[in-house]
Amino acid sequence: MPINPKDIEWVEEPSMNFWESTYLPAVFDGLRTTGQHVADFHPVTEFYPEQKPDLPSHYRGVHRLNRDDKGRVKCVACMMCATACPAHCIDIVAQDAPKDDPHWADRDKFPKSFVIDELKCIYCGMCEEACPVDSIELTNIFDLTGMSRQEMMFDKEKLLSVFDQTKDSAHNPVRTHKGKLGHASDFTNLHTLGPATTVRADDRSAKANSAGVIE
Amino acid sequence: MLEQLINWFPEWARPFIMPMLTIAIVLQVNLGVCSYLILLERKLSAWMQDRIGPNRVGPWGLLQPVADMLKLLLKEDVIPGHVNKFLYVLAPGISVFTTMLAFAVVPFGPVPRNLSATDGQFPFIIAPGVDLGLVFIFAVTSLAVYGIILGGWASNNKYSALGAMRASAQVVSYEIPLGMSVVGLALLTGSMSIEKILLHQADAGILGWNIWFQPLACVIFFAAAMAEAQRLPFDLSECEQELVGGWHTEYSAMKWGLFFLGEYTHVITISFLTSILFFGGWHFPWIAEPESQYLGSTLVKVLVLLMKSFAFIIVIQMLRWTIPRFRFDQLMGLAWKVLIPLATLNVICVMIVKQFHLNQWWLLPMSAALFLGAGLIGTQSSRPFARRTVEPVAEAHGHHAHAH
Ligand code: SF4
Ligand code: SF4
Repeated sequence: MPINPKDIEWVEEPSMNFWESTYLPAVFDGLRTTGQHVADFHPVTEFYPEQKPDLPSHYRGVHRLNRDDKGRVKCVACMMCATACPAHCIDIVAQDAPKDDPHWADRDKFPKSFVIDELKCIYCGMCEEACPVDSIELTNIFDLTGMSRQEMMFDKEKLLSVFDQTKDSAHNPVRTHKGKLGHASDFTNLHTLGPATTVRADDRSAKANSAGVIE
Repeated sequence: MLEQLINWFPEWARPFIMPMLTIAIVLQVNLGVCSYLILLERKLSAWMQDRIGPNRVGPWGLLQPVADMLKLLLKEDVIPGHVNKFLYVLAPGISVFTTMLAFAVVPFGPVPRNLSATDGQFPFIIAPGVDLGLVFIFAVTSLAVYGIILGGWASNNKYSALGAMRASAQVVSYEIPLGMSVVGLALLTGSMSIEKILLHQADAGILGWNIWFQPLACVIFFAAAMAEAQRLPFDLSECEQELVGGWHTEYSAMKWGLFFLGEYTHVITISFLTSILFFGGWHFPWIAEPESQYLGSTLVKVLVLLMKSFAFIIVIQMLRWTIPRFRFDQLMGLAWKVLIPLATLNVICVMIVKQFHLNQWWLLPMSAALFLGAGLIGTQSSRPFARRTVEPVAEAHGHHAHAH
C-alpha cells in the first residue's frame, strides 16, 4: 500500500540563528536539562530481585498446557503449533484416545508426549496463535533456570504443572474459553476477530489518510 | 617535623626526600581519586538518566570502586595471539606514565615562594621551579597519544587501528589550539611557569584572574583539552557505537584499567590546569589571599584549589552525558576552522594590548567581539550540503501515479 503523499512531510533541518551558531547556548541548554534531572531526581529503577516487575498479561514467557474442565490436557495433538513454530522446538507424539474409557469419551486424540525445548524457543507466541483449542499459552514466568539442557526440555507433565501453578494468578489469566476445549471445537459460537491492539479514536494514527501512518 | 625527618637522612639523600614524599602522596591520592571519580561519573550519569546507579556494594555503592579494582586485578589478563606483544603491553604503560608525568609540574596547593628542597617546606608540586611548565605539560600530554596509537596498532585489529588513526588525527589537530590558547597567558604574565601564572593572579586579586582577560582562551583551552583527553563529545577514537571499543578493543583486565586510569588522570590534570591558569588557582577573595597567614590557611588554600578543580571535573562529566559525539568532519572542522583561527586572533589581541600598553581590560570586549564575530560568520557561511527543495504535493502525487 503506497503511502498517501498527503501524509508525507519533508522535515528540513532549520538554519541556525546567530546564537545557535556560536554553540555555547546550546551547550548550556543541554547542561540545564541534565542538571534538572539531577536536581529533580525521580528514579524509575526497579530493584529487581526484591521487587518483581509488573508484567503485562500478554507478556510471553514459559509455556503452559491448559487443562479442560475435566482436568485432561486440552491439547488435541493436531500439530498446528509444531508446524507454526519457527524454531522447531516443539516435539509431539500423538496417541488415539482410549475409546472404551468414559473419561476420554468425547476426545479423538491426545498427546502421548509433548516436549518443548525452552532453550531453542524464541518466545514468539506463534504456537499460542496457532492452537485451535487454546491449549498452549505463554505465561508470565520469565526467570526459568536449569542446571542442564535436559532440564530445560519441558515435557507434558511439566507444562501442565506450569498451568496448575499459574492458572489462578491475576497476571496469567487463562486467556480464552476457560475450561472448554476452545472456540474451534464449538463452531456455533465463533469469536469475532479484532485487531490485536485497539486504536483509540483520538489516537493520531486513527486519523491518518493511509493506515498505519502517524501524522 | 618535616625538617627533622629530612635531617634524619644522610646528607646526599636529603634533596630527594621531599620529591619522593610528594610523589608518593600524589600517586596514592590520584589512584584513589580516580577510582572514586569513576563511581561519581556512574552515579552522575545515573541521576541524569533517572536511574540510581551502583548501589549494591556498601552503603550507596561507596565500595563499588574497591570491587571494580579487585575485579580488574583478578580477571584473566588475556593477550590475544595475534598482537605484537611488546608494544601491546607497553601501550597502557605509556598512557598512564605520560599523564602522570604531566601532573609533575601542576601545583596542587600554595607553592612556597622561596622553596628549597631541604628546609622542610612541603612543596605542593612534584617538580618545583620548572620555568617551561606549560610547554612541558603540552609536550608530555601529547605523548600520551603514543599509548593510544601503539595500543591500537599492536592490537592488530581493524577497529583498534581505526580508533588509533582517529586519535592521532584528533590530537595533532587539537594540540594547536591548546597551545595557542595559553600563549596569551604567557604574554600577560611574562612567564611560562605555572606557579608564576598562579601567583600573578593571586597577587592581583579576584579581578586579576585570567578569566576576565582571556575568557575566549579559557573556552578554547577547555574544549581542546577535553579533545586531548579523548573525552566525550570528542571520544571519536573509542566510540563504542561504531568502533566496538576503538583502540582498547583487545584490552582486558588491568591493562584496560590502566588506560582508564590514564584518562581520568588526564581529566584531573585538565581541571587543575583550568582552575590554575584561568581561575586563580588557590586564590579566593578574603579566605585565601597570598598574605593570609592564619592557622590552617595552607589547608584552606589547598581546599579552595581542590574545590575549583572538582567543579571542573563535574562540568566535564556533565558534558560527557549531555552533548552527543561529534561527527569526524565536524571534529576536524571545529579544530581547524574555529578554534585555531580564534586562538590565533586572541593571541594577536594580547600582542596589541601589550605592544601599545593599553589597559588590560580591553581584552574582555576584544574576546567577546571575537566570539560574536565567529558566531556571525557561522550564521552566514554556506552549508556543506545543499538544502533539499520541497516538491509541491500535487507533483509528488503525479510522480507516484507514474511509478505504478
Ligand atoms: S513461542 Fe514460538 S518458538 Fe517458542 S514454541 Fe511457541 S512457536 Fe515455537
Ligand atoms: S496446536 Fe494446540 S492442540 Fe494442536 S498440538 Fe499444539 S497445543 Fe495441541
